[in-house]
Amino acid sequence: MENDDPLPGLEQPNRREFLLTAGSTVAAGVIAAYGPAHASTVAAADAAASAVEGAVPITLRINGQDHSLRIDPRTTLLDCLRETVALTGTKKGCDHGQCGACTVHVNGRRVLSCLNFAVMHDGEEITTIEGLGTPEAMHPMQEAFFTHDAYQCGYCTSGQIMSAVALLKEPCGPDDAAVKELMSGNICRCGAYANIVAAIQQVRKRA
Amino acid sequence: MHTFEFIRPADQAAAIASAAQSKTAQQGADVRFLGGGTTLIDLMKLNVETPARVLDINRLPLDKIEATSDGGVKIGAMVRNSDLANHAKVQKDYLVLSQAILQGASAQIRNMATVGGNLLQRTRCVYFRDTSMACNKREPGSGCPAITGHNRTLAILGASQNCIATNPSDMCVALAALEATVHIQGPKGLRTVAFGDFHLLPGDTPHRETVLEPGDLITHITLPPPIAGSRQLYLKLRDRASYEFALASAAVVLTIASGNITRARIALGGIGTKPWRSPEAEAALTGKAATDDTFRQAAEAALRGAKPQSENKFKIELAKRCLTHALRTVTAS
Repeated sequence: MENDDPLPGLEQPNRREFLLTAGSTVAAGVIAAYGPAHASTVAAADAAASAVEGAVPITLRINGQDHSLRIDPRTTLLDCLRETVALTGTKKGCDHGQCGACTVHVNGRRVLSCLNFAVMHDGEEITTIEGLGTPEAMHPMQEAFFTHDAYQCGYCTSGQIMSAVALLKEPCGPDDAAVKELMSGNICRCGAYANIVAAIQQVRKRA
Repeated sequence: MHTFEFIRPADQAAAIASAAQSKTAQQGADVRFLGGGTTLIDLMKLNVETPARVLDINRLPLDKIEATSDGGVKIGAMVRNSDLANHAKVQKDYLVLSQAILQGASAQIRNMATVGGNLLQRTRCVYFRDTSMACNKREPGSGCPAITGHNRTLAILGASQNCIATNPSDMCVALAALEATVHIQGPKGLRTVAFGDFHLLPGDTPHRETVLEPGDLITHITLPPPIAGSRQLYLKLRDRASYEFALASAAVVLTIASGNITRARIALGGIGTKPWRSPEAEAALTGKAATDDTFRQAAEAALRGAKPQSENKFKIELAKRCLTHALRTVTAS
């Protein structure tokens, strides 16, 4: 083993010290990437994160509010939103760009937040389902999903609604087939598709 | 995911200088350019890609679509797939490209994915994506379990005994038929590569997928001037109606005069180890009457060298019917 010493001349920690060090590093890492899940303590999470090795400072404008964060570059936009900023409306489905549950808007366009690093979006404008409306003042698309019962378990719903709102500004033919094609990136395991299309078409007709 | 250094280069020169320090620009690259992230971040999560340095080039000014002096078009490497597909000139003059892009992936992914990234899209072969399995593309010399394993979606053209992975891109099939040119800025300067020469066949080196060397940055592609009166179509066949990779696809650019085909450009997708231009099909069409017989002969010619794997013999006939149907559709109107 002596021949494998990676750092000759440097004092090596004994086993107990190593474990303690590793343990505290892991704990700090958890705090950094996955801060306390309460919006009111975001500032505390930001401060804790600053202690983490390799964390980089970024500012995201999320739902109209600036968030200055220090974040591990590996953190996806999805994990950043859910775990660091504590906005859990955006859902993690497959985490590999195959389901659409994590759909958010970046600078007004819909994207998959699981296939982006948060650091890529320094200074950019993010909109999540929380920024769309409130239970008291719903976005017309949220209201239409509610009216048409366009969900069952609800897990894909925030992604569906973020996609549907973006679709309103995209080139899209008038018929149901065109809507289905442009909504194909959002998978619903419950099979609420028919009602989702009806909800979107109602909003498009009223717009 | 492995740790990496995240850098946003100030300009193109800085990006190239930094990437030039990579040992390879192919599989196993220790420096990677990051565009939309739709392939790279997916593969980093799987530990198939483990770059030590990631260069975010999203803010480099390579996002323009411009007319060229010869009447063609120049498309920046960072143009998003959706912006390219919905561009007025592309829809008017290069319809097959717009159709191919809009039949690929989903609206969200098309908003993210870049032109340069699409040229470098990696195979969906399950063995490549799973680090617990052998794969000659990921780990040269480790073997190809796909040959005796799950190969239903894999290649029937251009495969070798080392690799049968399919190139999954739709956009690249259209670019092959449109005879695009790839413009590359590298440490040694600028060079251009004809689209058909950009991707490599697997042969004995399946880990080498393109001609790119360390530091090479795709800056843009160009398309030649549109062919007046050409008829264009991209037809894609897949396991579900949308948001799925091709089992077989065909990009067709035809010119017809008095019922005869005067010019044909044909490329096939979903069946080859690279975007599959078919000079055999083009030769079988050129100068012939636009009839079902001619179309079938072109399809036979295109698939003559096809070698099926254990699970995908059906793709030979599927690809023939795909091309035949595309030709029939595009000549019907």
